[in-house]
Amino acid sequence: MTMTFDDLLPLLPLLIVSTTAVLLMLQIGIRRSHGLTVAITVIGLLLASVAATLLSATNQQVTPLLIIDQYSLFFTVICALAAMFISILSFPYLAQLDDDKEEYYLLLTVATIGAIVMISSNHFVSTILGLETLSMSLYGMVAYPLHSKASAKYPLEASVKYLVLSAVSSSFMLFGMALIYAQTGTLSFSSLTAPGVDTAVSLSDGYSIVALLLLSSGMAFKLSLAPFHMWTPDVYEGSPLPATAYLATVGKAAMFVVLLRFVVRSDALQFDAVIAVFSIIAALSILAGNVLALLQDNLKRILAYSSIAHMGYLLIAVIATFVAESTISVEAVTFYLLAYVIMSLGAFGVASVLSSSAQELDEISDYEGLFWRNPWLALIFTGMLLSLAGIPLTVGFIGKFYLFFAGVESALWALLLVLVIGSGIGLYFYLRIVYCMLLPVPATSESRVAAVVSLSSYGVLTILLLLLFILGVYPAAVMSLVETAAALI
Amino acid sequence: MILVVLISILFLGGVLAWISERFDSKLPRVIALAAVLLDLLLMLSLVGADAGDSGWIVALNAQWLPRFGISFHLAVDGLSVLLLLLTAFLGVIAVGSAWSEIIERPGFFYFNLLWTLAGVLGVFTALDLFLFFFFWEVMLIPMYFIIAIWGHENKNYAAMKFFLFTQVTGMLMLISILALAYFHYVQFGFFSFDYLDLLRVDTSGAIGMWIMLGFFVAFTTKLPIVPFHSWLPDAHSQAPTAGSVILAGVLLKTGAYGLIRFAVPLFPAESMAFAPIAMALAAFSILYCAKVAFAQTDIKRLIAYTSVSHMGFVLLGVYAWNEIALQGAVMTMLAHGLSAAALFMLAGSLQHRIHTRDMRDMGGFWARVPRMSVVALFFCIAALGMPGLGNFVGEFLALLGAFQANLPMTVLATFGLIFASVYSLWVIQKVFHGEYSSAKFDDSKLIDLNRRELAYFGAMMLGLVWMGLYPQSFLDLSAAALQALLAGTQEIVSTVVQN
Repeated sequence: MTMTFDDLLPLLPLLIVSTTAVLLMLQIGIRRSHGLTVAITVIGLLLASVAATLLSATNQQVTPLLIIDQYSLFFTVICALAAMFISILSFPYLAQLDDDKEEYYLLLTVATIGAIVMISSNHFVSTILGLETLSMSLYGMVAYPLHSKASAKYPLEASVKYLVLSAVSSSFMLFGMALIYAQTGTLSFSSLTAPGVDTAVSLSDGYSIVALLLLSSGMAFKLSLAPFHMWTPDVYEGSPLPATAYLATVGKAAMFVVLLRFVVRSDALQFDAVIAVFSIIAALSILAGNVLALLQDNLKRILAYSSIAHMGYLLIAVIATFVAESTISVEAVTFYLLAYVIMSLGAFGVASVLSSSAQELDEISDYEGLFWRNPWLALIFTGMLLSLAGIPLTVGFIGKFYLFFAGVESALWALLLVLVIGSGIGLYFYLRIVYCMLLPVPATSESRVAAVVSLSSYGVLTILLLLLFILGVYPAAVMSLVETAAALI
Repeated sequence: MILVVLISILFLGGVLAWISERFDSKLPRVIALAAVLLDLLLMLSLVGADAGDSGWIVALNAQWLPRFGISFHLAVDGLSVLLLLLTAFLGVIAVGSAWSEIIERPGFFYFNLLWTLAGVLGVFTALDLFLFFFFWEVMLIPMYFIIAIWGHENKNYAAMKFFLFTQVTGMLMLISILALAYFHYVQFGFFSFDYLDLLRVDTSGAIGMWIMLGFFVAFTTKLPIVPFHSWLPDAHSQAPTAGSVILAGVLLKTGAYGLIRFAVPLFPAESMAFAPIAMALAAFSILYCAKVAFAQTDIKRLIAYTSVSHMGFVLLGVYAWNEIALQGAVMTMLAHGLSAAALFMLAGSLQHRIHTRDMRDMGGFWARVPRMSVVALFFCIAALGMPGLGNFVGEFLALLGAFQANLPMTVLATFGLIFASVYSLWVIQKVFHGEYSSAKFDDSKLIDLNRRELAYFGAMMLGLVWMGLYPQSFLDLSAAALQALLAGTQEIVSTVVQN
């Protein structure tokens, strides 16, 4: 099969990011410069998102592996911009690292390639290809400050833990894919019971269910859904903050898009057993995430457990895709993922601005009196936390509104009740952090503020705050975008 | 348009007050006062205006989120106008009570105060249920900050409890709103969150009762009614004075307003079926909280429990669902808004002077602070329901209306008036009579009310006397609105009552 220019054009965002990776590699080989590396990364990722925006009318299958439609382009923009923001936030964080810093951005760019491939995949091969590209780079990013004399936490432990569990979950997924292949005879995402499948040859429903459960438990590992969530708090805590932010936003979003596309295309939810398992996973994630977060004093661990809960919230909308006829549930997943990326990035971003690779401020008590020491950062952080809690005026509220709507439409009353209970518990630990920032400034705090003050990081956080409020008060434009994109999936 | 102006004055005033702190720490309070006074003056133009055929004095309807049929729909009728006036009036009083009490970070304080008030104005004017919920939640966060930053010894616990109770029950209401909107979609083929559209939805069937309960729980948590009341004594006793004024005077009324405007008209059949339980809860709440109030030693907690008790009359009046009872509920809301706010301010000014709220340490203050004692006596008598003052009119009408609907519960609730006399006079006796002793506190700052304090207590006294002696001027304002609400539900209610 020959590739024509028409085939290559939709791949432009992917090609731009790949070129950026090559350029970065060459630049590092010629002359090391932290500033230049960041500049190339940022420009490359920005160009990629601009290209994806310009292509927005495309709806084309490029080779059997990749589908470039409005949905994948929507998330390509989100992931490219999120990766760009993270590289800007990484610059001051890594500035004091007494080791080479440039390769970090190379890893980040390659990880973004993986994420974009995953977002555009409707084929198991490209899913695995993208997933492994993303994961491999993330192992490196997580362990990055390893050889530095003053590394903040336990990057090696985190990286190895992530590596081992990731490999195990990948093998689960691969086994599930193999079983599905045996059933349908194709590796593309396609209906397990479509007319094309020869029912005489195909095996029983039980066989499909086992395949789906293997596949979804592998995905649940990557998405840190309970009961496959054990690794999350440790890896989040041990990684350098920008890498945690990447893992929590781009890593999760890309995997979720694959899950959504697969579930919708394969009619996986026609099996009651699969719905039951998904419902249990969702309820467990919401309850485990929120309850265990109560016991933590470490900010990164709290955010880790909170991300477990948020993935559970999202899974409710995924379950709703089968029950409901309209596309609202797909829209709900899409909008909530966008909201989740914005608010997680903001929350990790604030922590990252206050930290450096040598010293991370990740205990709640480190944030005492932040409201009076640094009102602007505290305001941003409060906004992000209230958004994670789903309070109006923020994008998190609109996202939660979508989820509730999807749940009501599909009459998932039990899961909605769990969602209410979980959000109620969640409020407590989000407000606990807010309250901590409202306390009077402790006497010893001055020495604990990071030395590097980066205007560009403040700029990124301000943009995120603006997005948080604009999408929280007047999201009509994005809503219609999400509506048209979701109709295609 | 004026409704948007009213709300945005408070939002913008809040931001201005926060910024102005950089220049002068006395500027925020001036800006806050100017903003609420301006609002109050603008609102006067709505008083007595003719509602016309639509039933709304002014209305504004703009598209907001077309995907879900959500519009930015604000409108007021006589009922809303009365509550808007109460909000702005108590807003002025609250700024006055914070005037010299809040020294720490005044800019952020007035920001939160004005934003809470803005949220309340939104709640009283929103006619789109999504918008209503939006404002319902918007008023929580600034209130949380007010309690958490400027509160007393146990502020974290109180602020958290306040937030959790209202937020969790709020989410139940959100599910109910969404379910209602979804029924509208199923029955009429398009999404809408508009109140006037949702009124047409047929909710019959087992699930209608559950949806109604979502609203009921959210509103009675705010009101509050036993068993959802336990956040209130903590929040009130820990909040700074201005916070208590807003909480008791205005925030509780949003719950009552929600019941009158939304819970019953949207679900007339379910509400009437549920009315005996609601009225029993109301009667129980009145008696139980009166009893608990009597057992308190913390003066603010005592007043807080009396608030819960008085709100029972509102619930009783609403679920009697006839004009006299509703008028009584509205009058109780207004009169209690003034009397409870005044009592909290008295408790606050005592605490500000002697740094304790424990009544066991107090006694014999009449000799030291005679003016304060007279004011306290006046408001205690108002709270116990003395004829000639507003509270009496409200409670009397509520009981009179409820008498037609549910005799046993009305009889029980009437005993609340006796208990009210007991605890009100007990406060006077404990604090202002008896031997004076300063053994337990530093009385160097125990001075009588100053002119500013006398001015705002005087204004509130005037209001209560007016309501008590010439209630017709208030009843006329809300009559048309309440009659319209009753007319809309008459058909369904009458069939339910007959069965």
